[in-house]
Amino acid sequence: MGQTFAQKVLAKKAGLPRVDVGQIVDVEPDVCLSHDNTAAIAKTFAKIGVERVKNPERFVIVLDHTVPASTEEYAKGHKEIREFVAKQKIEAFYDVGVGVCHQVLPEMGFALPGRLIVGSDSHTTAYGALGAFSAGVGRSEMAALYATSRIWLKTPASFKVDVRGKLKDSVTSKDLVLKIIGDIGADGALYKSVEYAGEAIEAMSVASRLVLCNMAIEMGAKNGYCAPDKKTFAFLEPRAQTTYTPVYPDPDAEYEKVLAYDAAKLGPQVAKPHTVDNVVPVEDVEGTKIDQALLGTCTNGRLEDLHAAARYLEGKKLAKGVRMIVLPASREILLDALREGLVDIFLRAGAMLLNPGCGPCLGAHEGVLAAGEVCISTANRNFQGRMGSSEASTYLASPATVAASAVAGVITDPRKAVRGGGA
Amino acid sequence: MIEGKVWKYGDDVNTDVIFAGKYTYKPMTPAEMAEHAFEDLDPTFAKGVRPGDIIVAGANFGCGSSREQAATCVKASGVAAVIAVSFSRIFFRNAINEGLPVVELASGTSMIAKNDTVKIDFDRGVVTHKGKEYRFPALPKEVLAILNDGGLIPHVKKALATTKS
Repeated sequence: MGQTFAQKVLAKKAGLPRVDVGQIVDVEPDVCLSHDNTAAIAKTFAKIGVERVKNPERFVIVLDHTVPASTEEYAKGHKEIREFVAKQKIEAFYDVGVGVCHQVLPEMGFALPGRLIVGSDSHTTAYGALGAFSAGVGRSEMAALYATSRIWLKTPASFKVDVRGKLKDSVTSKDLVLKIIGDIGADGALYKSVEYAGEAIEAMSVASRLVLCNMAIEMGAKNGYCAPDKKTFAFLEPRAQTTYTPVYPDPDAEYEKVLAYDAAKLGPQVAKPHTVDNVVPVEDVEGTKIDQALLGTCTNGRLEDLHAAARYLEGKKLAKGVRMIVLPASREILLDALREGLVDIFLRAGAMLLNPGCGPCLGAHEGVLAAGEVCISTANRNFQGRMGSSEASTYLASPATVAASAVAGVITDPRKAVRGGGA
Repeated sequence: MIEGKVWKYGDDVNTDVIFAGKYTYKPMTPAEMAEHAFEDLDPTFAKGVRPGDIIVAGANFGCGSSREQAATCVKASGVAAVIAVSFSRIFFRNAINEGLPVVELASGTSMIAKNDTVKIDFDRGVVTHKGKEYRFPALPKEVLAILNDGGLIPHVKKALATTKS
């Protein structure tokens, strides 16, 4: 019997010919990510009593969660991190303004096919879009990795999500992944490795695949995976930090479950408050009044997402009483958006532009919600209280749905919305 | 063997309602974190919880963010263990790493209600509730070793000391 992607990567890293599902391996990750939580991790590391970080070249630190610092406490944390990376000679340090870690790691060429990546952030699953095995861990584990470079991982069983057909206009990978999460639930793929495959996945850009793998955690998955192909290699060509060897599942690999979808039958989807699996077709929530629209984040803050939104905003104004926040995922994306006239379109429509970072997605700053307010967002979570008040509501949708809704003032089916000049 | 009074919650209790995002980058002691435990889900918890109490929940406990404070605040509030039908994998790891015992009772927890008393026998892998016994699988030995050392940091310290000597 052949092996899945997860089995093959973990076997390779453990130096074994094969590993079985459930087998625990002790491995050295190739890349370890942390962000603003590095301040707390450094304190935990100090408790271990080891002076130097072992293998500092394996660690990447990106300041993104509360950037630039909105309080003195956050500023102190950032300062401690800058001192820590200098002392420990961690060169892959990206200070405030570079972008969200889940865009920075792919952009800077750390997320590579066949690599084992762990991060003290749950959306670390994103790098599977480039063929890496990547999973979230906790803060203590990152501190232990500083000391030992090693971690235990259990070999997960795998699901295959087979998506045939072609996505319709105004329907995106966000709609697809919301549909899957809605179907199988927030724990539908608990502990599993989720491999996305099929014609629709092959047709997707790297940016669209990042959405699928970013949100794999929202179905409980340990990691997500898209097979690296020509598009992956082209994306990485000017970026890759090292050479790499792609890992593909065997054709006769054993899957615990195979989920089949027809992309052509899919319409825009929306996750209603307060769970990501509370998913309905957009028609079911059309007309719901909104106060705020959020376009961006590590889920949908890439250039193609900004283009998709601009199609609905060009030459238009936001509905009266609606605030819109645009949050590009990285400085590189923001520069491209400026060059391509997208920022102009957003600002003329009445939207605000935030610096690249996590922004209000986790409710720490920059556009949090008051009690009773409603936000439609391209982010990945809509938990109660996440974006501010526990009495606020967040709906999750694609950039097209969010932009169409911002113009209408109510949740709107992007297929029915009138587009602008077509940026 | 531990015995405690139950706090009962449902499925998909996420880390935002266990420990809100707005607090995650504020430096806090574990005791301060405990004051905010379950704030958006059950405002009575932080004041009412007593050392040795046991949390019992449904499926996918601790889903969402990787924030370790979700486990730290539960541990610091004096909770002796969390029993759930299943756990999100990062919460599961964080709990072990914080020295908080987690029991996966896949057969279900719907028979257990708030304020009931449950007993957990880790050696036998048995939860006792109203005289009935429910089995749970023992943790893998690698994981149990971390829990028995009181969490990952003491475990790593011990392992590094052993390699040096």
